[in-house]
Amino acid sequence: MSAERGFSRTEAMTVAASRLLRDGAVCFVGIGLPSTAANLARLTHAPEVVLIYESGTIGARPQVLPLSIGDGELSTSADTVVSTPEIFRYWLQGGRIDVGFLGAAQIDRFANINTTTIGSYERPKVRLPGAGGAPEIAGMAGEVFIVVEQTPRTFVERLEFITSTGFLGGADARKRSGLRGKGPSAVITDLGILTPDEATKELTLTSIHPGVTVEQARAATGWPLKVSDLLQTTRAPEAGELAALRELLRRTAEKHGRGEAAHG
Amino acid sequence: MTRVTSLREAVRDFVRDGDVVALEGFTHLIPHAAGHELIRQRKSELTLVRMTPDLVYDQLIGMGCARKLIFSWAGNPGVGSLHRFRDAVEHGWPRPLEIEEHSHAGMANAYVAGASNLPFAVLRGYIGSDLPKQNDRIRSVRCPFTGEELAAVPALRPDVTIVHAQKADRLGNVLLWGILGVQKEAVLAARRAIVTVEEIVDELKPWPNACVLPRWILSAVCHVPGGAHPSYAQGYSERDNRFYREWDEISRSRETFTAWMKRHVLDTEDFEQFKRAFAASTGREAA
Repeated sequence: MSAERGFSRTEAMTVAASRLLRDGAVCFVGIGLPSTAANLARLTHAPEVVLIYESGTIGARPQVLPLSIGDGELSTSADTVVSTPEIFRYWLQGGRIDVGFLGAAQIDRFANINTTTIGSYERPKVRLPGAGGAPEIAGMAGEVFIVVEQTPRTFVERLEFITSTGFLGGADARKRSGLRGKGPSAVITDLGILTPDEATKELTLTSIHPGVTVEQARAATGWPLKVSDLLQTTRAPEAGELAALRELLRRTAEKHGRGEAAHG
Repeated sequence: MTRVTSLREAVRDFVRDGDVVALEGFTHLIPHAAGHELIRQRKSELTLVRMTPDLVYDQLIGMGCARKLIFSWAGNPGVGSLHRFRDAVEHGWPRPLEIEEHSHAGMANAYVAGASNLPFAVLRGYIGSDLPKQNDRIRSVRCPFTGEELAAVPALRPDVTIVHAQKADRLGNVLLWGILGVQKEAVLAARRAIVTVEEIVDELKPWPNACVLPRWILSAVCHVPGGAHPSYAQGYSERDNRFYREWDEISRSRETFTAWMKRHVLDTEDFEQFKRAFAASTGREAA
């Protein structure tokens, strides 16, 4: 945490991501950073947001952040719990999801995501967990927010494996592929917010968090980062937002012992 | 018609070497005790099917029971990697593991197709993903009405599905609730099905629309209280999140993994003995 600013970069990222979620939106949430940001939104400006986890919990209102996608806290606090086939068939494929909220292990300039392998598929250097629900969430949610820390290891020039689709090769490639959702509309990092250029769909730095420099953002990106002419500074987290986030993480740490606080 | 029997007999009688075996349970109700019993009985050459392999398949893979894995997300939820799975894929230890990899939507649909006695499932999925390039079981089909191209995956038809549930009655009818995952579809898709339960009661008293697996679709029902540990059974136990974290250390090296499996699984006769060994080494109860 920076003493003079009073919040950490991870807190700036989580708060910035939470603000993008409008009240009443139906949001398909991934575990980890997306879940933290989505629940912060629910606890602050978006009390009517509907959080759906792929374990089939619809309208979950967890008091503490779940460690896994299927913690009991999600099912006991949900409006209803449906089966896995139902959540993917009726609710996601059925077109009921406004926002898919995803994380990533690696991302490229067109917001394609890799969560499968580092190195070749046949002989991976690192075998990552794989797809889970992400390919269809990225494909079919109305729009997608991606929350991920910005480093040269995650923001890479070329993905060795596309697990979930952003804008493929850019421009109208996604549209031509037949994907229904409009794709990633924002990538929120610990340094700023990137949004796709309207024509090329290349991720462009449009907002930078307080205390971060453009040079830092460029250095953390594995390709020549485009910076918007209208670059803004992200509004600093407010006291109420920080208090709600810290209290959520405190409750979570108390329940789980440790660990989830790392997502703060 | 089902038999209410011990887990040892159920695994002995209904799981064969070389079988396609699905242990399902989406974070909740994962049949860990049954996984241990497959290891104790040294079942081999299995094709393991499961959306989220979790610790249960990390153990089976690390003990060399699996020839192939069909899955859609292989991690330690909320913690990180499945180290035994990674060691098998990255280094072929203790033996090479063939993988067939899908997305959750693909797997869930494939189970529905299996339960529905259809040859394949249709979904809007995998568009733009590299998964179909690595898995030739993900193909496409043209809608005969609109011409739209859709993804097709073959039905999953396990030889045996094993699930854990909350309750059975003395005849072997099973009731489960909470996060249901694909348990019902996986049971209905399989040729044989084994269910372990927390409790056997005189009367099941299901509410209308409850998820009931009637005894005439099951092969065996086994009373194994706590049999989902470190997963959980809603209404009976909580997820042992601490053990999921501890597993990260236990499974990180081949030596600590092998020693843990010997002490807790191979050197115990059943899940009751496992629970005693677990309590002795951790100082806390397994479920």
